[in-house]
Amino acid sequence: MTVPPIVSDVDRSVEELRIADLHGFYGESHVLHGIDLSVNRGELVTLLGRNGSGRTTTLRAIMGLLRQRTGSIMLKGRDVIKMQPHKIAHLGVGFCPEERGIFSSLNVEENLLLPPVVASGGMSLDEIYEMFPNLAERRTSQGTRLSGGEQQMLAMARILRTGADVLLLDEITEGLAPVIVQRLADVLTLLKSRGYTIVLVEQNFRFAAPLADRHYVLEHGHVVATVRSDELESKAHVFDEYLSV
Amino acid sequence: MADILGVPVQVLMGQLLIGLINGSFYAVLSLGLAVIFGLLNIVNFAHGAQYMLGAFAAWFLLNKLGINYWGALILAPLMVGAFGVVIERFLLRRLAGVDHLYGLLLTFGLALILEGTFVHTFGASGQPYAAPAQLTGGINLGFMFLPWYRAWVVAASLFVCLGTWLLIERTKFGAYLRAGTENPRLLQAFGVNVPLLITIAYGYGVALAAFAGVLAAPIFQVSPLMGSNLIIVVFAVVVIGGMGSIAGSILTGLAMGVVEGLTKVFWPEASATVIFVVMAIVLVLRPAGLFGKQA
Ligand SMILES: Nc1ncnc2c1ncn2[C@@H]1O[C@H](COP(=O)(O)OP(=O)(O)OP(=O)(O)O)[C@@H](O)[C@H]1O
Ligand SMILES: [Mg+2]
Repeated sequence: MTVPPIVSDVDRSVEELRIADLHGFYGESHVLHGIDLSVNRGELVTLLGRNGSGRTTTLRAIMGLLRQRTGSIMLKGRDVIKMQPHKIAHLGVGFCPEERGIFSSLNVEENLLLPPVVASGGMSLDEIYEMFPNLAERRTSQGTRLSGGEQQMLAMARILRTGADVLLLDEITEGLAPVIVQRLADVLTLLKSRGYTIVLVEQNFRFAAPLADRHYVLEHGHVVATVRSDELESKAHVFDEYLSV
Repeated sequence: MADILGVPVQVLMGQLLIGLINGSFYAVLSLGLAVIFGLLNIVNFAHGAQYMLGAFAAWFLLNKLGINYWGALILAPLMVGAFGVVIERFLLRRLAGVDHLYGLLLTFGLALILEGTFVHTFGASGQPYAAPAQLTGGINLGFMFLPWYRAWVVAASLFVCLGTWLLIERTKFGAYLRAGTENPRLLQAFGVNVPLLITIAYGYGVALAAFAGVLAAPIFQVSPLMGSNLIIVVFAVVVIGGMGSIAGSILTGLAMGVVEGLTKVFWPEASATVIFVVMAIVLVLRPAGLFGKQA
């Protein structure tokens, strides 16, 4: 990997995302019960929690994929709660879904080029292939023929091309081999150094802890704790209480 | 003149040509259905009526506005496609998210209304529409006489099918269509205006039906029910090919036309039913169709 240019002029006081009193529903079932959180530019925060705690639903609500939602979601200063999903993406947000969402009717390169460019400053195809050499080798393979790790790389890579600088990443390390997890950690470190704003949903606390500035712990659709990276030791009991199974 | 299996070559070739022409119509029509089904998940029962609208649009353009066949070949699909856009935007879109059966019922009702209105206005019998002067006559191939217009129909259909296939399989816009067929919600979350894509897909599928209608006008008469007879066979073709497969619908359409033509030679009584027999066999052996993704 080439040495990244460090972006030092990121204004970390700008609030890129602020969620207030977010409620979300699947039909009759009420799954988000007033989520509040905020993320500044250049920050990496995690959403932690047990299975079914509402982390994926929170990301889907931000993207407009969850239709039944109330409250306020300010993204780059715009309230997106009533916005159509395709307009939300154009504010400069990229989404890496839990199920990866690689299209089987598209080859690797078509998958990579699929998301429209939403802002300037995205990575070039060359840069992406340099970062993920496996994808370059397999550019003409059917997207879903890739290994799980490669599909995850592809799902990440395709949103880096678009110029989105707010990334919502859902369980990107799930089921992957340690070397690939390490590789993703390197990628996130690089993105952070470039000033990307990242919301990371994770089960793998050991992966997330060294990367994150802050952790939001969710339980039954509530934010039950917020832990800054300098409080990891003093608030260790929070993780024992809400994350252990 | 030589015989093949006791059938004069001339007869065989003649029926093959008829089969190829019918197959061309099946291909263009089932291609339109496949495009529509892919993005809307709706079996467009109005397809036959929209084919009829294409033929009538050509007839109107000629008789009321003096616009000839070549003009109609461009204008009629645009007009009927625009009508399709309105239908999608104001009717079909409201059915997004409810059972597919509603889309089927709506388009079926639409077909009945359109055909009923035209029968009421023009009577059930047909209006003649002359082939363009450039394409009258034909060529004697030695073993058969090939009318230019029929050769043109096959060529134009193949051209449009190939063009559509290239558009869908080889362009960025086509990648959107494929992705939208597979996972429209995620595509939209990436910033693609999927509702617009769906409208365009429906308009395009309808325009294809109208294009086939214009091609058909000089061969069959322009009549209100010209589509309702044809479309039943086209649905069988779609089932055989596999709902939603682009290349599959084109190849199956052509092949079924030829199969029908050959059956007419060797077993004329069966020619009207052979496609349905093939359909039944395919449904038993490969329920998702020859080119469909087997579940
Ligand atoms: N499509 C759906 N329809 C109905 N309920 C759903 C749906 N998806 C999720 N839920 C419910 O919503 C709640 C929150 O689920 P969510 O997927 O947000 O959890 P999560 O924190 O991402 O956990 P995980 O991904 O580990 O399952 C759960 O109770 C889940 O059962
Ligand atoms: Mg989840």
